[in-house]
Amino acid sequence: MKPDDFDFASQFFKDRSGLVLTREKAYLLESRLMPVARKKGLKSLEELIAAMRVGRDSVLLREVTEAMTINESFFFRDIKPFDLFRNTVLPRFLQSRASKKALRVWCAACSSGQEPYSLAMIMREEAARLAGWRNEIVGTDISSEMVAKAKAGLYSQFEVQRGLPIQLLVKYFKKEGDLWQIDASLRAMVRYREYNLLTDLRGLGGFDVVFCRNVLIYFDNETKAKVLAQIRGLMPDDGILFLGGAETVLGISDYFKPIPDLRGLYMPTDRKPAAGTAALSQAGTPGA
Amino acid sequence: MKSCLVVDDSRVIRKVARNILEDLGFEVSEAANGQEALDVCKAKAFDSILLDWYMPVMNGIEFLRALRALPNGKGPIVVFCTTENDISHIQAAIEAGANEYVMKPFDSEIIQAKFAQVGLL
Repeated sequence: MKPDDFDFASQFFKDRSGLVLTREKAYLLESRLMPVARKKGLKSLEELIAAMRVGRDSVLLREVTEAMTINESFFFRDIKPFDLFRNTVLPRFLQSRASKKALRVWCAACSSGQEPYSLAMIMREEAARLAGWRNEIVGTDISSEMVAKAKAGLYSQFEVQRGLPIQLLVKYFKKEGDLWQIDASLRAMVRYREYNLLTDLRGLGGFDVVFCRNVLIYFDNETKAKVLAQIRGLMPDDGILFLGGAETVLGISDYFKPIPDLRGLYMPTDRKPAAGTAALSQAGTPGA
Repeated sequence: MKSCLVVDDSRVIRKVARNILEDLGFEVSEAANGQEALDVCKAKAFDSILLDWYMPVMNGIEFLRALRALPNGKGPIVVFCTTENDISHIQAAIEAGANEYVMKPFDSEIIQAKFAQVGLL
């Protein structure tokens, strides 16, 4: 691959999605973009990048961005954060939101929906304690294809065997041909939207809990800081942020600090977000 | 070192499962049907059992029911591993006392995930 082509592609994906593509990861261009090239009748990566440079085919530009940013996902990934959500975070909000009886949770970059549906299953299992609550889970992803898959809630046999306890499969899924579909009542608990984390996020409303796991690792520090500042702007002062196991806010953002003894969980610091973001973040949480 | 009894009438499947489980640090024994497995289980307490459904002599679900009826039969964690992938089979397995259920085809990732889920890893 010509260095010039690599530089163009690298800059292109950084601008579009925040993805940082180093030279060691150049092979990803080949493995992830060749299927797109073939679909478009192009013979090589060079031809595809040439078409991207022309930049007129907005469908193509979207498809290459989606192909590069697709991440694997599975139910109850890493399990610990979900145990913490169920046993620590949920009880905390059950208390602090007892009069409001509303909780909003956001799964940023939710891929094909396993994370929001895992949370939906937990909330359903805790239904007795949440009776009368108006809760909402919002799942967003940059990829329209992923959002469509998440909405459909259809998973392959392979996907439902990764992380999902068999009792929950039997309880909440139906077999549809070779695939498994999550129950309509759980699908109704999650609202999915196509959203790019690099854009203005205020339209999403406010969130008490944000899952943003294994997303920031793809960004450079400046972009990480921007996304974290935006998340802070959407949160009340007692909000909770979940990051992936390999991620941290330390040295990147002073809007969040680790919650002692709760690995992977972060809470807002005393630093206040800019007035504009704070005011708008209230919009989605009436009474906040 | 935790032990696992692999019960399957296919020698190839037993071999594949053995390789995966040994990589995960298990001491692996094998049985070719439910009756053989039951005999072994009367003599030895296993930490876990990876269990096929359809086998000659005694099938997996019959074995599981017989195992759970043994004096110390509640102990082993039983993971079904079968091509049967409809809800009714899965339901029957859970009712008979299975702890987890793997639908074939499986790979090391699925075995690892399922064994971790039931606390074996």
